[in-house]
Amino acid sequence: MTEAWTIVALVGLGTVVIKSLGPMLLGGKPLPRQIGALVALLAPALLAALVAINTFGEGRNLTADARVLGVAVAAVATLRKAPVLLVIVLAAGTTALARALGA
Amino acid sequence: MPAPERSHRDGVRQVMPLAIAVVGFGASFGVLARAAGMGVVSPIVMSATTFAGSAQFAAASILGAGGGITSAVTAALLLNARYGPIGVSVAPYLSGNRWSRFVHAQLTVDETWAVAAEGEGRFNPKVLLGAGLTLYAAWVGGTAIGVAFGDLIGDPATWGLDAAFPALFLALLVPQLTTRDARLAALIGAAIALVLTPFTPAGVPIIAASVGCLVGLRRARGKATT
Repeated sequence: MTEAWTIVALVGLGTVVIKSLGPMLLGGKPLPRQIGALVALLAPALLAALVAINTFGEGRNLTADARVLGVAVAAVATLRKAPVLLVIVLAAGTTALARALGA
Repeated sequence: MPAPERSHRDGVRQVMPLAIAVVGFGASFGVLARAAGMGVVSPIVMSATTFAGSAQFAAASILGAGGGITSAVTAALLLNARYGPIGVSVAPYLSGNRWSRFVHAQLTVDETWAVAAEGEGRFNPKVLLGAGLTLYAAWVGGTAIGVAFGDLIGDPATWGLDAAFPALFLALLVPQLTTRDARLAALIGAAIALVLTPFTPAGVPIIAASVGCLVGLRRARGKATT
């Protein structure tokens, strides 16, 4: 139990500090133009990484399971300009169905 | 997005479908944390203070496997290292006082950051706050449900809820791919993340994917010389 509380305290404190750094030190001030241009590309780079890892990652392995089908359907729906809610529901539904069928 | 300016309520509305999935994952964290010997109160306190799903799952599972404090804390903080650059990206749009910036910073997680993004590096702090408070309530509430009623809840994967996250990130990524640089940054980011996954501890692939934004240097330099 003491071990658990130590982890809760250290991870909590560390995370609060990491999340705070940018907003507390740079808050409200525009970034220098060149840095701004790079940070603008951070969103596509990180979002694409999050898509890739959440679709194919399983711990330290890469797998192709039922999630791939769900995300493929989500990709088609997104390209057809479906609302985000529908995209998410289609992805979860497809994945659940594929798992129920044993994929 | 040149649409009318979005408000707190838009943040709540846009993150709502994810919030339902987050309640499910919060509950499964509660179950896992209890099974790992964290008791009843500490998992809920962790969700309320850390508010970062993947890091909490990593810490609890390492603790449960007898991995020790150092490796649990290191893994969790590596997973959260991406909130360094993410925090820098939203910082210019948080113009409130220290307290307000602190609250917005704590509510900035992958999903709320993605929903608040308005393209070309702009972020809407109202959407961030609305989405953040909604997701926070879902995560902490879900954890409490999991700790209390653990065995009654099935695995969220049965409902395909694990596919909801990449689907959201994809739906928010596609409208941002309007320039060549953005498409290149996305491609490099995804490639780095996948290539590193088998070889590095969890968290490193995502933070390394930030390197994808360096394609912007090309254009900056090109402008400077012309």
